[in-house]
Amino acid sequence: MFTYFVRRLVSLVPTLVFVSMLIFGLQQLLPGDPAQMLAGEDQRPEVIEHYRQKLHLDEPLPVQYGYWMSGVLRGDLGESVRTQLPVLELILQKLPVTVELALLSMLIALVISIPTGVISAVKRGSAWDHGATVFALSGLSMPNFWLGIMMILLFSVELGWLPASGYVSPFEDFGANLAAMIMPAFVLGTGISAVLMRHTRSSMLQVLAADYVRTARAKGLSEKVVVLKHALRNALTPVITLGALELGTLLSGAVLTEQVFTIPGFGKLIIDAVFNRDYAVVQGVVLVTATAYILLNLMADMAYFVFNPRLRH
Amino acid sequence: MGTLTSTIASPVGARPAPAGPWRRAGRKLARNRVAMLGLAAVLFFVGLAILAPWIAPHDPLAAGWSTIRKAPSSAHWFGTDDLGRDVLSRVVWGTRASLLAGVVSVVISLALGVLIGMLAGFFGGWVDALISRITDAFLACPFLILAIALAAFLGPSLTNAMIAIGVSAAPIFVRLTRAQVINVKVEDYIEAARAVGCSPLRIAVSHILPNITAPVIVQSTLAIAAAVIAEASLSFLGLGQQPPAPSWGSMLNTAKNFMDSAPWMAVWPGLAIFVLVLAFNLLGDGLRDALDPRLR
Repeated sequence: MFTYFVRRLVSLVPTLVFVSMLIFGLQQLLPGDPAQMLAGEDQRPEVIEHYRQKLHLDEPLPVQYGYWMSGVLRGDLGESVRTQLPVLELILQKLPVTVELALLSMLIALVISIPTGVISAVKRGSAWDHGATVFALSGLSMPNFWLGIMMILLFSVELGWLPASGYVSPFEDFGANLAAMIMPAFVLGTGISAVLMRHTRSSMLQVLAADYVRTARAKGLSEKVVVLKHALRNALTPVITLGALELGTLLSGAVLTEQVFTIPGFGKLIIDAVFNRDYAVVQGVVLVTATAYILLNLMADMAYFVFNPRLRH
Repeated sequence: MGTLTSTIASPVGARPAPAGPWRRAGRKLARNRVAMLGLAAVLFFVGLAILAPWIAPHDPLAAGWSTIRKAPSSAHWFGTDDLGRDVLSRVVWGTRASLLAGVVSVVISLALGVLIGMLAGFFGGWVDALISRITDAFLACPFLILAIALAAFLGPSLTNAMIAIGVSAAPIFVRLTRAQVINVKVEDYIEAARAVGCSPLRIAVSHILPNITAPVIVQSTLAIAAAVIAEASLSFLGLGQQPPAPSWGSMLNTAKNFMDSAPWMAVWPGLAIFVLVLAFNLLGDGLRDALDPRLR
């Protein structure tokens, strides 16, 4: 098991190196002089020169990458041209907001998808099953920012139950925080629940056809015990690990959802950075997102390995 | 050859010749009512896009002071927007940007993905290792975040959004094509082609490519659905089609500022995105059922 983990960890190194090259390479796409572009609004010659020297733009490309990478490894992701703050500090400031949104969304997604998926599998071919399939396909096809706008129209504009925007820290006022986060979390959660429901359904169908389920039934156990205790427990392993893979969708979705509900998280940071031409922040956010995604995938893989005794040998 | 075929074919001529795999798949698809509904909806939107100048009741760019944020009426079925433009006409014209973005981005993904995937699968060795690592790196960045970053560095425009979406989605096709090529290249008929002296290019183009088309078609249809959402998302964020040209995503971006006073501005463009994406997803699912031999 240990050797598997080490091998898996080592295999990440080239991926991470290529990710960093890809993100570094983004600035090569900038039209014209990168120093001029990176200086943003402040186009004084000394500022442009400062960027030229700081980013070693006179040096050949591999050398530039070397300097950039050595900074990244020391936690130096550059500096925001707008706020003059280190990019890492900005990201760490915004991260908790998006993490809260992501966790709430995942919770909502699991609460919706697992019971729906289980019932669909148990009652395969029933009206419930067809209804759940339609729900899943609609969830996959619905642009989540539009769902957000529609929910604001209903719950904020029409009914006045929930605030349309504005974020309050949970440490300041937990109730207000929840009121502001529930709609965005629901919007993000439903999209993911569509995918998870499909996984739960197919995983349950597979497990329900297994020999040990037949044995459990033959022993005379009640259907409830068979489904919940024997089948579900085994069916959930792949669902939980596949759920971790949905993190990418969650992060992409958060960019749009935060924009709709004006939540000051990670997604808002990247979009504001894009419009302020704050390229170092854009690169920093993509790098952190990709690294987090890779590490979560690794954890999902390991969890799968740990929970699935058959793979251990 | 023709005579030979007809001679052999004649004794069984009384019975209809067995249908080829494509025809069989076509028949199966035609029997799938849900997929046909998807196809009909896709064709409806294609019709809207082509006939936009004749269907749209008003000029999508014509602003009017007297018609600002008017609720739906007989003159403006979907109401008017913040500049007094007809929402229905903008939704109709917006079909062009969405469909164009969906199709062009997937063509870019296909061109890059299938070519690179074939190289990786066909040559194997270090070429495959290198391509696979680069693909992993692309797949490690969440699709939309990568597209946003690419669009940001390229500059906001519909063309750049299509390039950004196409490049971001290409790794999925690289992986799919590579896996298919690896499966197909060990088949006896490839060995036979090699034995009779076919060049690697000829083997790749005339023997491998036709045999990996089915899964690529299925994936392309589903990718168009994802690309339509991605283009709407980028336009919603201001990174796609630029105003005043109509696009569903940018219409929603504007609509979000007038939710109190003009809620109709937000309903129709979003509904259009939803229906078009749903249509491509239904068609894609149907194609998968029809083309996947394991499901037959």
